[in-house]
Amino acid sequence: MAVTQRAVGASLDRVESREKVTGEALYAAEYERDDMSHAALVQATVASGEIIALHVEQALALPGVVAVVTHENAPRLSGADGELSVLQSSRVHYRGQIVAAVVAETLESAQQGAGLVTLGYSEQVPDVLLRRDHPRLYKPSKVNPSFPTDTSEGDLEAGLADAAAFVDETYETPHLHNNPMEPHATIAVWNADGSLVLYDSTQGASPARDAIAKAFGLAPEQVRVIAPHVGGGFGSKGTPRPHAIVAALAAQVARRPVKLATTRRQMFALTGYRTPTIQRLRLGATSDGALTAIAHDVVEQTSTLTEFAEQTAVPTRMMYASPNRVTSHRLVALDVPTPSWMRAPGECPGMFALESAMDELALACGIDPIELRVRNEPREDPESGNPFSSRNLIACLRTGAERFGWVDRAPQPAARRNGAWLTGVGVASSTYPARRRPSEARARREPDGSYVVAVAAADIGTGARTVLTQIAADALAVPPDRVRVVLGDSRLPRGPVAGGSMGTGSWGSAVVKACRELLAGTGADAHADTTEDVEADEEYARHGFGAQFVEVRVNTDSGEIRVPRALGVFATGHIVNPKTARSQFIGGMTMGLGMALLEETILDARYGDFLNRDLAGYHLPTYADFGEIEVLSVDEDDPHLNPMGTKGIGEIGIVGTAAAVANAVHHATGHRFRRLPIRLDDVVRALA
Amino acid sequence: MAVPVSSDPPVHASLTLRVNGAERRVLVDTRTSLLDLLREHLGLTGAKKGCDHGQCGACTVLIDGRRANSCLALAVAHDGAEVTTVEGLAEGENLHPLQRAFIEHDAFQCGYCTPGQLCSALGMLSELAEGAPSAVTAGAVLLTAAEVRERMSGNLCRCGAYANLVPAILEAGG
Repeated sequence: MAVTQRAVGASLDRVESREKVTGEALYAAEYERDDMSHAALVQATVASGEIIALHVEQALALPGVVAVVTHENAPRLSGADGELSVLQSSRVHYRGQIVAAVVAETLESAQQGAGLVTLGYSEQVPDVLLRRDHPRLYKPSKVNPSFPTDTSEGDLEAGLADAAAFVDETYETPHLHNNPMEPHATIAVWNADGSLVLYDSTQGASPARDAIAKAFGLAPEQVRVIAPHVGGGFGSKGTPRPHAIVAALAAQVARRPVKLATTRRQMFALTGYRTPTIQRLRLGATSDGALTAIAHDVVEQTSTLTEFAEQTAVPTRMMYASPNRVTSHRLVALDVPTPSWMRAPGECPGMFALESAMDELALACGIDPIELRVRNEPREDPESGNPFSSRNLIACLRTGAERFGWVDRAPQPAARRNGAWLTGVGVASSTYPARRRPSEARARREPDGSYVVAVAAADIGTGARTVLTQIAADALAVPPDRVRVVLGDSRLPRGPVAGGSMGTGSWGSAVVKACRELLAGTGADAHADTTEDVEADEEYARHGFGAQFVEVRVNTDSGEIRVPRALGVFATGHIVNPKTARSQFIGGMTMGLGMALLEETILDARYGDFLNRDLAGYHLPTYADFGEIEVLSVDEDDPHLNPMGTKGIGEIGIVGTAAAVANAVHHATGHRFRRLPIRLDDVVRALA
Repeated sequence: MAVPVSSDPPVHASLTLRVNGAERRVLVDTRTSLLDLLREHLGLTGAKKGCDHGQCGACTVLIDGRRANSCLALAVAHDGAEVTTVEGLAEGENLHPLQRAFIEHDAFQCGYCTPGQLCSALGMLSELAEGAPSAVTAGAVLLTAAEVRERMSGNLCRCGAYANLVPAILEAGG
């Protein structure tokens, strides 16, 4: 068959788009089972303590209530620890922890029953507030997922002493919540043979299956996780959450299928969040802008249940050249829910600080911020000494500068005023690692000559189903409409989590291998495993890079900040599908603009409670918040990545956006805002 | 739960709705929202539950031709109403122009807010056609990007597809 046009590089419509616009696409809570019951959760109202009284009689007496599951009657979990060890003891580790679940024939009765469960606690004074001088700060043994906690090269003090220009500032980011539109939900069904089926909103059917099997002391093949459509995750569905365990426990106790959908309010305690960070940046440079010292010291939090150490300073280790470099991470374990992955953990908050500090250094040196970055471009990875597989940060900065009209920028801040409105522009670099993990995949030739390609991948809105279709089509040398990709089921060949922007690289490598083996062999079926290929990957520093440009208008009376336009330029290998890729970049940038100006979960230090646990109080970006967002790609032909030549693109879009906004606000007003989000009251106070 | 919760048993009522043109007669717990009625009793899971508080718009349907957050609508308060959900937009295999424009412009990613966006856009375009002004209207009521951004701001999209939603709605409504 002659195929003249490659599928990779084409703007194919999402293959599941019809299901999504007609309402046919089913999400976790939408499967029907006979005899379905509904569970509603009861959450702890103290942040630290012990349950000393528990009354379930009133709830049980309610017509329609089937069971109340608490730590007193829940089946024992033989292999669960940390957050997943739920309903196993009377101990309360954080406010909002699940302390009971009421199972009823209808959702209304389950919710009513949940309100009738009463608990008494012996309460300890909770310690919930992150401080840079917290007495219990400690050094974790590694940071997410397995980076060294601290690094030190050269002589920092000497580098600072040599500098003609300095920055020594502290930057802060708040608690941030992923808030995917689909609340986390699980339907749990126990089969007669003791096996468990979960319809679950997860970013990884295979790893979720493994974790849940371990918790219940089952073999992995006794658990099946099904998730063909997932309503966003942004990291929060990357690991099984406590409610999924509770759904399975409740189904065991109730002896029938249980549907458990978390409410939006419950999600704030149960589904992870980005740790607040306190980051000290010290930069030194010669008068012509060459960095002599970089130090990035981070203080952040974890819970008393599970250690999660966000790798906030890790991007600073490779971003710019300098002979003297120090990074560190310190944690404190607080009586709070466990922080977890949120879009670009590490890079996102860390690059807010680094890229703000670089802007400050540019001013201190009197050098254009783009030029400062160009002058500190490293020849190889400063940390490992490995060559970059490709690095086109400068191309992104230059391309963006031209497109954005950077040349028109006034060199001095607060130079453009029109009535009450000040105007400014800002730039920041973006980066995200380009990694891949082992995956399996299967390719099968159907009797009609079409192909089915299967991998337990997840499409959480990234377009995975679509790009894998394109990748398979090229590997099989057929048009994409001859290929059907099946994903989102742990019974399919094992695939890694949709996380770390590794999905396409990992699953795609296995898909290509399976397709090639199918074509090379004589059978109708081929199975591939890339474990050995990934282990044999050569030593390169693999990262995507980008540059973000933002224009802001700041109202000097109200403090209002508007973003009429933003531009992102990204160099991320080959783009499989320009249409869905653009959506990924724009989506990341939109979330980054939200981080800059809108998003913050406020903690009540007295009670350890998040105060704004809904979408009226936690402000997600919406239509009218921001103006035009444009995206350009710098194509890279990088042979050291994977068979597709791709770098992950799901996260880089949020990296650097907030710094570009803060830098633009400084350019507009002459005031530096080092704490996010930049709120109206901060601006009004600063400009007063 | 600081609010005292009743331990009274549920009360049921029967009601009749026309949903996507078909008459549906149901007996429901009187506490049931229109959203839960659609999703849990009528098998119409197109309308999504994103917040259950009227803050995200994922549950938007048309009630007697007007867009509404179905999570804030008590089912029994709408006896006799005509309800249109995302499942009722296409005519057989023929997608509604808004649905086609959403696909063309990649106006969604995860798809969870999409049914609400579509129903909201449909209701919004009728409001415009009727000449109802918004906070950004200056003079004549016209279909512009600024009007779409203003009038659709009750429909959140965490994937951040607004940059694609606006041109999709402009194209379908133009």
